[in-house]
Amino acid sequence: MHDVVTQVSNFIDLTSMNMLYLFFVGFVGGLVSGFIGSGGAFVLTPGMMSLGVPGLVAVASNMCHKFPKALVGAIKRAKYGQVDVKLGLIMGASAEAGVLYGAHIQESIKRSFGDVGSNLYVSVAFVVVLAIVGGYVLRDAFKTQKAGNSHAEEKVTNLARRVQSIHIPGTMMYFKSLNAKVSVLFTIPLGFATGMLAATIAVGGFIGVPAMIYVLGAPSLMASASELVIAFVMGIGGSFKYALHGFVDIRLSMIILAGSLFGIQLGAIGTTYVKPFMIKLVMGLIMVIVLFSRGLMVPVYLSQLGVIQTLSETTTKLLKTTSFAIMLIALLTGALIVLKALWKGLREEKLQHSAKEVLEHGKI
Amino acid sequence: MANKKSSIKKKPYGKAILFGLIVSVLYFTLLTNQGLINANFTRGGLYALLPIATAFIFSFFHGSFTSAFWTVLGVEARKKKEVK
Repeated sequence: MHDVVTQVSNFIDLTSMNMLYLFFVGFVGGLVSGFIGSGGAFVLTPGMMSLGVPGLVAVASNMCHKFPKALVGAIKRAKYGQVDVKLGLIMGASAEAGVLYGAHIQESIKRSFGDVGSNLYVSVAFVVVLAIVGGYVLRDAFKTQKAGNSHAEEKVTNLARRVQSIHIPGTMMYFKSLNAKVSVLFTIPLGFATGMLAATIAVGGFIGVPAMIYVLGAPSLMASASELVIAFVMGIGGSFKYALHGFVDIRLSMIILAGSLFGIQLGAIGTTYVKPFMIKLVMGLIMVIVLFSRGLMVPVYLSQLGVIQTLSETTTKLLKTTSFAIMLIALLTGALIVLKALWKGLREEKLQHSAKEVLEHGKI
Repeated sequence: MANKKSSIKKKPYGKAILFGLIVSVLYFTLLTNQGLINANFTRGGLYALLPIATAFIFSFFHGSFTSAFWTVLGVEARKKKEVK
């Protein structure tokens, strides 16, 4: 209870500049989330903290904007036939368990090694996961682009074909995105890992989406859209948990939501104009850029733990600022690619429409 | 003539204005009652339902507004591309 009182008294005063900043970051985060199914949270939480919001309140308020945003995005993309609700709910349920376990690990590390140990764990998780998964996703996107077969239908990976071919009685379930039956014994650990990553680095989709594409065999568009269902399930559970302890600053959540709902609509619309490899390209690029951002922080935490030589205050400050700036660049890069693709698609559609009208007019 | 009429889609101006007004009222209420709202929304326990319910209400009205907003501006999804 004491904690609650402390946190509440720490709720910041909202100035118009703060609100504009949150609205803008919310918009950019929403734009990327609408397109790749996740993203934005890794900038929003530190972004709020830079305004003086306590860490726990920032995490809780971010989560409380995430689930309504994911809901709106999922409904929008369901209209385009891109959402596999069943897969999203099944993976979402196991992701919820992963979130709880991930939070438990975080707490244990914090108890044993303090805040610095916990930060180091988060940064190392960022670097390792993003290097392996992000590198693979980006390589795959570039390969498709280079091969010139970006128009072709996405191929199901050999791994996914093997997973789909394994029949475990009593556990098989049909998923429309896979157009096949898969054992839930495969989806449960994938959902669990998604949740664990969400609890650690706030963006579970960096595991969830590639897992649905490469391990289960879902098309990129459906994987990124179904991730929004997973994010909704995880977000609502997490928000309730934090709200039970009074950590949600609803003003912050709703201001971010104001921007992010404008963004998520655009991101979702953008997916109808692009080739599937673009989802992988945007996701891979963001992951790899963020990897560098977090990588820069590793020496800072190692120095604070006394593992390496102590860094000077100036160096630490420089590394922290550069790290945050790179993170912003990652998000903005993703947003610009989505906006460009949307702009191009809309222009082509307009031209086609005009040409069609001229032809029809000519016939009359 | 009928074809021409059906090809011109009506833009949802009414929907955008109506939901826009509702959203403005919601945000005005939130920002002008910050003290009262924060005091009650952070009490924990069953009061945890308040921020959750607020998020649902805002997402419904603001989601509908933003959707209509982009449609009015001509930003719409591609017609024929659907994943099956």
